[in-house]
Amino acid sequence: MNDFESPILSVKNLNKQYGAGCGHCRTGDEERLMKNYCPKCGTVYACRHISFDLYPGEVFGIVGESGSGKSTLMQCLYFDQDVTGGEAYIRTYKNGEVNLFGESSQQKRHIRNHQMGKVYQNPVLGLRMGFSSIGNIAEKLIAAGSRNVGAMEGRGRTLLEHVNIPVRRMKEPPKNFSGGMQQRVQIAKALSNNPPILLLDEVTTGLDLSVQASVLDLIKKLQRQLNISIIIVSHDLGVIRMLADRTMVMLDGRVIEYGLTDQILEDPQHRYTQQLVHSLL
Amino acid sequence: MKIAYNFAFFDEGSKREIRRATLKAIAIPGYQVPFASREMPIARGWGTGGLQLTLSLIGKNDVLKVIDQGADESVNAVNIKKLVTGTTGVKTVEVTAEATLIQSRHRIPEIPLKEHQILVLQVPLPEPLRYYEPSEFVTKRLHAEKEYSGAWLMLFEQIMKYGNMSSGADHPVMVHDRYVMAPSPIPRFDNPKMNYSNALILLGAGREKKVYAVPPYTKVVSLAFDDYPFEAERFDGMSCRLCGAAGVFLDELIHEETGETYHQCNDTSFCLSRLNSVSAKYQEVPLNE
Ligand SMILES: Nc1ncnc2c1ncn2[C@@H]1O[C@H](COP(=O)(O)OP(=O)(O)OP(=O)(O)O)[C@@H](O)[C@H]1O
Ligand SMILES: [Mg+2]
Ligand SMILES: [Zn+2]
Repeated sequence: MNDFESPILSVKNLNKQYGAGCGHCRTGDEERLMKNYCPKCGTVYACRHISFDLYPGEVFGIVGESGSGKSTLMQCLYFDQDVTGGEAYIRTYKNGEVNLFGESSQQKRHIRNHQMGKVYQNPVLGLRMGFSSIGNIAEKLIAAGSRNVGAMEGRGRTLLEHVNIPVRRMKEPPKNFSGGMQQRVQIAKALSNNPPILLLDEVTTGLDLSVQASVLDLIKKLQRQLNISIIIVSHDLGVIRMLADRTMVMLDGRVIEYGLTDQILEDPQHRYTQQLVHSLL
Repeated sequence: MKIAYNFAFFDEGSKREIRRATLKAIAIPGYQVPFASREMPIARGWGTGGLQLTLSLIGKNDVLKVIDQGADESVNAVNIKKLVTGTTGVKTVEVTAEATLIQSRHRIPEIPLKEHQILVLQVPLPEPLRYYEPSEFVTKRLHAEKEYSGAWLMLFEQIMKYGNMSSGADHPVMVHDRYVMAPSPIPRFDNPKMNYSNALILLGAGREKKVYAVPPYTKVVSLAFDDYPFEAERFDGMSCRLCGAAGVFLDELIHEETGETYHQCNDTSFCLSRLNSVSAKYQEVPLNE
């Protein structure tokens, strides 16, 4: 099969709820919820029946308003959260035949350390703020099995250069750095083990515009050079337009639109997407 | 002598509870077993973990040795000894080979221990991953999953900071290829003594309420990188000013008058035994003539 035809990652019917549900909401009747929330028992249906494919070398965008479930979805994919239901397959893991969510927590850790990198919306979650920046990068390499200090330091230097952090500052902890620099250290860490899949959750949110642009340029450059597959989450359609080949629009935990980014921007089908596109113009 | 307490201070039920935790610790080498650390007549952090192990194990025929950083005569060691003898009446010794039960803070004796001996080490911080991960809930999970990146990362940070891993005591070890363990703040020099030790080694943390163990003949490996091997403190070309011993752990001292530095055995009873046997030899000479 051709690389460009079979997805590197397939997500099927992913569900994530916070709370056990009740007689009122468990029927699956969506009319009974207020947005993603059951008014009777307070259960939040953060991700509902989400399915999509990620192809090798593509940038896949996920856009949606605050609370629509984007970060929850990313957390589930990186095993930070257990899913309530659903399946995911990675082509490079057990031939893509085994549901990742059914694996043991040790296996999940292995998948995460060898197949994925992630940049968190909040750098505190992705970095150890008191450890050196080079140590933060080494952590991912150590987790992936490296026991050679020289090799890890070399790799760390290369990556920090790549993301424009001066190497002379590599022994400083990220807590000394600006927000944009912290995001770039996170990117370097996420890339350290050459993962086929990179998850980016709101990498540019909260950064001022010029820093935003430099981080976005960096992502474009990496994608071209490393041919890595990227899922990028943003509530900012401008970011998605600039980077994503294909896009999925989420609302209240559901996928409401899914397709080529250009098509979605030119001819949005769902009322919510139409509003979103109009606000961009 | 008249003893106002139950034998060995604790009631039998308490001792049994501590021994149960100890047995579990021996069955799972390197694994930290929680136990109900008791109130003691000395403050937590002053060896109460080790002392509770000692009191739970000691019998009428035991011979006790207590050392504090190599010294039998330090105030702390003497106080612990007084408490144990006061409530048990057992014999105490300084000569390592004569003891059946040895409680120690921050050192393993120089004389290789034997099968009939038990070494009890006092532990301030039992969790080797604590600095990396403050949450006990998370570190328990990391141990369960044998996920020790954090232990390696701390060593990596040491190398980044100091250029080597030789900054301190309590260098983490892998026990029985399964659990990473804090050997207590013994010098790296003592780490290899844990590997396939003939004696049972028990470690007790009173404040943190944990017991763990290295059973006899258990593999204990100090963590190290491929390109930064584990190294103990070295005393090349140095020897003890008193007994002349080399290849032992030496303290560096400064002569008050001359300002010269000199070295002396850290293990005082080891040094004393050597001095005694040397003087014994000198005495033998005229007798044989
Ligand atoms: N731990 C939790 N417990 C209960 N509800 C949660 C929890 N985490 C998230 N939620 C809820 O799940 C829903 C989705 O949240 P999520 O963080 O995934 O949204 P998001 O799309 O990333 O939003 P934003 O753009 O603000 O980052 C929200 O309604 C949120 O309140
Ligand atoms: Mg979010
Ligand atoms: Zn409900």
